[in-house]
Amino acid sequence: MAGRGQRSRASLRGYRGQVASSTGLHRVGAAWNQLPERTRSLIPFFALLTIAVTYPLYVDSLPTNVPVILTFPDMHSAVTILVFTMMAVGLNVVVGYCGLLDLGYVAFYALGAYTAGWLASGQFQQVKFHFGSVGITHDARGIHISIWLVLLSAAIVTALGGIFIGLPTLRLRGDYLAIVTLGFGEIVPQFVRNADNLHGFDLTHGTFGINPIDSPGFGNRLHNAVGLPVSYQQEFDADRLFFWTVLALLLVTIFCCIRLRDSRLGRAWIAIREDETAAGAMGIPLMRTKTWAYAIGAFFGGAAGAYIASFNSVANPSQFNFNISIFLLCMVVLGGMGSIWGVVVAAVILSWLNVEGLANIGSWLNSNTPLNFEVAKYQFGIYGVILVLMMLFRPVGLIPERRRKRELEEGTRGPLDEPIYEMRGADEPGAGERGAGGNIPRG
Amino acid sequence: MRRRAETPSFVVLESGIAVQAGTEQPSPRARVRRRKRPAALSIIGVCLSLVLVAWLIVNAIKEPTDFFNVFLIGLTTGCVYALVALGYTLVYGILQLINFAHGDVFALSGLFASTLVVSAFSLDTGSGTLSIAGGLAATFVIAAAFGATVNSAIEFIAYRRLRNAPRLALLITAVGMSFIIQNISLAFYDVNFRRIPPLISNGNVFSIRGVHYDWASFFVILVTIPVLIFLTWVVKSTRQGKGMRATSQDPEAAAMMGINVNRTISFTFALAGALAGVGATLFLVEFNIRYDTGFELGLIAFTAAVLGGIGNLSGAVLGAIIIGLIQAFNEGLAWNAPGSDWTRSIVFGILIAILVFKPEGLLGERTPEGA
Repeated sequence: MAGRGQRSRASLRGYRGQVASSTGLHRVGAAWNQLPERTRSLIPFFALLTIAVTYPLYVDSLPTNVPVILTFPDMHSAVTILVFTMMAVGLNVVVGYCGLLDLGYVAFYALGAYTAGWLASGQFQQVKFHFGSVGITHDARGIHISIWLVLLSAAIVTALGGIFIGLPTLRLRGDYLAIVTLGFGEIVPQFVRNADNLHGFDLTHGTFGINPIDSPGFGNRLHNAVGLPVSYQQEFDADRLFFWTVLALLLVTIFCCIRLRDSRLGRAWIAIREDETAAGAMGIPLMRTKTWAYAIGAFFGGAAGAYIASFNSVANPSQFNFNISIFLLCMVVLGGMGSIWGVVVAAVILSWLNVEGLANIGSWLNSNTPLNFEVAKYQFGIYGVILVLMMLFRPVGLIPERRRKRELEEGTRGPLDEPIYEMRGADEPGAGERGAGGNIPRG
Repeated sequence: MRRRAETPSFVVLESGIAVQAGTEQPSPRARVRRRKRPAALSIIGVCLSLVLVAWLIVNAIKEPTDFFNVFLIGLTTGCVYALVALGYTLVYGILQLINFAHGDVFALSGLFASTLVVSAFSLDTGSGTLSIAGGLAATFVIAAAFGATVNSAIEFIAYRRLRNAPRLALLITAVGMSFIIQNISLAFYDVNFRRIPPLISNGNVFSIRGVHYDWASFFVILVTIPVLIFLTWVVKSTRQGKGMRATSQDPEAAAMMGINVNRTISFTFALAGALAGVGATLFLVEFNIRYDTGFELGLIAFTAAVLGGIGNLSGAVLGAIIIGLIQAFNEGLAWNAPGSDWTRSIVFGILIAILVFKPEGLLGERTPEGA
């Protein structure tokens, strides 16, 4: 953003030198350019934030017969969209910052959702434990802990899960890591589906899932003191409250991710992404750093999973299939790996498509064009096309991270016809040779 | 690639067992860690294998008939897995890429083969023996050609442009291609399962004390073995096969020696696709197939390839047969078997266990690149 600002400022200055008179537009432009750098980058952010925060207030008055997209997402869809955005930002830590391909992020989503199910529902009828819970009767059995604490504990449990998955697998090379995470992404849903009878103990309630899960809220004391809602689910405009809460959670996530990126840890991640070998040589502890990326990515995934479980009031194994992992990966790739704002924009677009956009576009196409095409059926084919096209033609994503852009431009070379293999290291002793057992002798 | 080859000395510190090819003297601390961790890990690994063997022996003693019946089922499934696993291993050997789309190429070829059998050749159980034999042979050839075309087309369209891109980009493209192929199957064949009539007679090859072996299962092995021999011949003895091996060892040197690297890679993809086509037709003989069959089967086959040691052809076959057997034992045995609900978890559990305990696989060689 800074680069573009400086360039336009420079060109504007040259232009002003040539043309003495300045129109109103130029004056606005000049005023804009005189703003401090930081303010200029913050203004679009606050504009978008205002649009988002006030969205519930004007959503009902938006037109409902827009061409192509038909309707704007209602509050219920908007909550889902933002939750998935939060997960995408979490996945961006793993894939975008650290360059570890995680194809099993859905495992973290599931773990978060089920932690919420265990800690805030009547799943365990054997016990009765209440702590700060709202909106349930006093004699309700099961564990009922305040959702705010549950969000935090789900995030921590999931982060521990991420470490647990990461420790045996992170020393593997990238593509093995992808397949192992994929494996975990398949094992976890199958586990929750089958774990309704572990030697007679019902852990997950099988295919029915856990429900109802408690709703967030602030309880009677805060309600009487400051007027905060007692329990979201009992409020008339529950979806609005859920929307603002998840918006706040998303902002916290984004804030944490930006701060992490600029921290020592974040720089270590990026170093590993760019060249693991060199990073190791510079003294970055590879395993620990990668495990942190995993844990932090999982942390946000878990919190988001717990939140959406509380929002839908259910944690159900059919929500957690492999496609979700790909869907989230698609958001990160489309937005630009490592670029927070890119990921946020891509995530909002893609999850909107997923929630209702594709269905709307499909019905618009079918009624307004001679095509008869079930767009929603080919949803994942469309995501596949997005992944391939982005990788082929714009690997940096929609809104590239600056550093990433440079990195990828270094890596790719011209069109098909150019010689593909350059002779790297041909002058080094032992290059290309293989000794006994396929070992490459050291030069 | 060159960079990777030089890394092990300090990667060892972080990665414990994965890397052991370093020749220079490690620091004392590294030496201690290097000695200790693999020992502990291998003890756990050996214990796990022993538990598995013990479980099999108990089952074999308790219900010998069941055990051998299940064993034969596993062998048959293993043969189909082997053909798919070979595809993964061939492509991995040459490009170091997990071709996620491979399983979906398998499913698409299978669906195509079912159309061939049912519509193009309109074979049925009533058809004459000669027409069944001829029709099936033609189906195998056409399905193989189809698989080869699709797979090398994927390589040409998507992977070729990314030869010098970061590995992550290639992997993501592979995942994307997998979904695209899956949706192509969906578009042409919808969500229904496709099957072919039972063309191979259900009679038994042999039946000893309740252990039955039917012709359909035997047919699978009967087709697989010549295919494997043919593949070995192609890779070991033909000019193109030598080119493949050279390219997989070092593409740059191979290019310098006058091997057309792009054509060799295309050929490898075609070979892998042809194997998938044959495998899919064999799969049809025993099972139903639909657009998403390939996804799970591909993952299982990939696990098999890793178990055997990825890049190693005989390893892939061995791994596939072991995975086929484990799957059959899990689903078929009576004593303390987790059952088919857990198959997927078990297969992936094995995958993770191999990568933790023996990342180079059963027959694979330890490489400086680690797992």
